[in-house]
Amino acid sequence: MKILVAVKRVVDYNVKIRVNADNSAVDLANVKMSINPFDEIAVEEAIRIKEANKADEIIVVSIGPKENQETIRSALALGADRGLLMQTDEETQPLAVAKILKYVVEAESPDLVILGKQAIDDDSNQTGQMLSALMNWPQGTFASKIDLMDNEVNVTREIDGGLETIRLKLPAVITTDLRLNEPRYAKLPNIMKAKKKPLDIQQVSETGIDIKPRLTTIKVTEPAQRSAGIKVSSVTELVEKLRNEAKVI
Amino acid sequence: MNTLVIAEHDNSQLKPATLNTVGAATKLDGEIHILVAGENCDTVIQSAAKITGITKVLAVDSENYTHALAENMALLVTEIADNYSHILTPATTTGKNFMPRIAALLDVAQISDITGIESIDTFIRPVYAGNALATVKSSDSIKLITVRGTAFEPAITDNNNAEIQTIESGDNFAQSQFESHQLTLSERPELTSAQVVISGGRGMGNGENFALLEAIADKLNGAIGASRAAVDAGYVPNDYQVGQTGKIVAPDLYIAVGISGAIQHLAGMKESKVIVAINKDEDAPIFQVADYGLVADLFDVLPELTELL
Repeated sequence: MKILVAVKRVVDYNVKIRVNADNSAVDLANVKMSINPFDEIAVEEAIRIKEANKADEIIVVSIGPKENQETIRSALALGADRGLLMQTDEETQPLAVAKILKYVVEAESPDLVILGKQAIDDDSNQTGQMLSALMNWPQGTFASKIDLMDNEVNVTREIDGGLETIRLKLPAVITTDLRLNEPRYAKLPNIMKAKKKPLDIQQVSETGIDIKPRLTTIKVTEPAQRSAGIKVSSVTELVEKLRNEAKVI
Repeated sequence: MNTLVIAEHDNSQLKPATLNTVGAATKLDGEIHILVAGENCDTVIQSAAKITGITKVLAVDSENYTHALAENMALLVTEIADNYSHILTPATTTGKNFMPRIAALLDVAQISDITGIESIDTFIRPVYAGNALATVKSSDSIKLITVRGTAFEPAITDNNNAEIQTIESGDNFAQSQFESHQLTLSERPELTSAQVVISGGRGMGNGENFALLEAIADKLNGAIGASRAAVDAGYVPNDYQVGQTGKIVAPDLYIAVGISGAIQHLAGMKESKVIVAINKDEDAPIFQVADYGLVADLFDVLPELTELL
C-alpha cells in the first residue's frame, strides 16, 4: 500500500502577519515559513500507518517554488520515504493544486491520499475535496480517527454536531483535523538522513495543466482592530457594567 | 440569473446558518431558490418555503441524502447547477465538505467563508485566521460560495409561501457510506447562533469544572464554547471549539474564562459585540480584545458571578 501526502509551505502559525503598504497582499518578506500544521498531521498519520505495517511507502508532494524543497525535507525527516516537488513560481489556487495533485496521483497510483483540511494562510479548506472529485474517489474530510482495513477505511470526522464515522472504499482521499494525532519532532539523525532521501523535481509548466487563477485579489486590508477596554476590579463591578453600560444582560 | 441556496438541516429542522445564507443571497441579483435534499424532511421543506425572499424550493427526498454525504450532494447539485449564476451554502462542516467537490466537478473556483459581498462577482473573505481581509473577484460563470453565518443578517421566516418543486434524486455514489455518529446532545442554544457564549480554556483544569460555566450559561441562556487547548486536553468534545478552524461565533456577549487568547482563538470570536475576559494572568493576550477584563482566579469568580446574575 502506497500513501501520498500533500504538504504546503505557509507562514509559520506563530507569526503575526501584516498587510503590505499598497494593500495588495500579506507581506511575506523575511517571514518564517513552515509546513502547514494540518499537513504535518497528515505526514504523521501516514508514518503511523506505515509503522503499523499497513503501508510500505510514503511519498510527499509539494507544489510551489524551489524553497518548498525544505518543506518536503522536513516531512522526510519525520519519516516519509521520498519527495516530489511540482515546481512553479505562479500563484496556485486550490482548483489548480487539485489538478496538479491529480496528475501526480495518476502517475504514482497511491491507495490513499492524505492532506491537511486547510492551509492556515488562505484558509480555503478545498483542495482535498477537489482532488477527490477530480479522481471520482470517496472523501473523508476533517478526520480525527482513521481505521484502515484491507480495501476500506473508516474515517471518524469532526462535524459541527459532534463526530461522524463514514466508510470509504479505497482508493480514497482523507483530510486531517487537529485531533487526529500529535506530530513527532524530527530527530537530528533523521534530519541528516532525510537529506539523502530521493526528492524529484518536475516543472508544472511542462505538464500542460491549466493553473490560471480563477479568483483575482483586488485588495487585502487589515480588519478593524478591537481596542482593549477596561479592567474591572470585582465581579460586582463586572455585572454592573454588563447590565448598565453594555446592556447585554 | 438566479441564486441557489443549499439548505443545511437535520431532516427535521433547518439549521439557523441557512437563514444567514439566504440573507447573503438577497444581496445578489435575481430570484433565490433553495435546495432541500434529505430523507423524510417534509417539515424542513415546509419551513424553507416560508423564508422571506425565496421564490422556489427544490425538494428531493431520498436515502441518498439522509446524512448529506459530499459525494451524493455533489452528484445532485452538478445536475442543476447550470440554471444558476450563484450557489451558496453555509460555511459549516457540512457545506465545507461538499461544496469544493461540486466546484471541482463544475471546474470552477470556490470562494470560501465570505463575510461581505461587494458586487455579483466580488466578495470579501478573511484569510490568515482573520488577520487580513481579501477582496476577490471571480471570473467563473458560476460562483460557488460558502457563507460565514455571523457576517450576514438572517432572512426572516414569515408567511411566505414559495412554490415547492420536487426534483429527481441524483445517483448514489457507492464507494462511501455513513456508518454512525456521536452527536453532542444539548438543550442549550446552538453555539454559532447563541446571543451569549461562555467559553473555557486550559485554565478550567478539567472537564468537571465546566459545570461552573454551565451554571452561568443556564442563567443567561447561553451556549458553551472552548479553546482548542481545552478540547485537545479532553475537557469537552470537539464541537465546542471556537477558533480559526473550529466554530466562528459573534454573540452579543462572549465570556472567555481561563483562555489566554491565541490568535487562532481570537479568529473565532473577535466579532462578538461585547467581550469579557476572566484570567488570572494579567498579561494574557485575551485582555487586548476584551471590553471588560477581570484579573482573578476563575474558581473564586465563577460562583460569585452565578450568584449575582
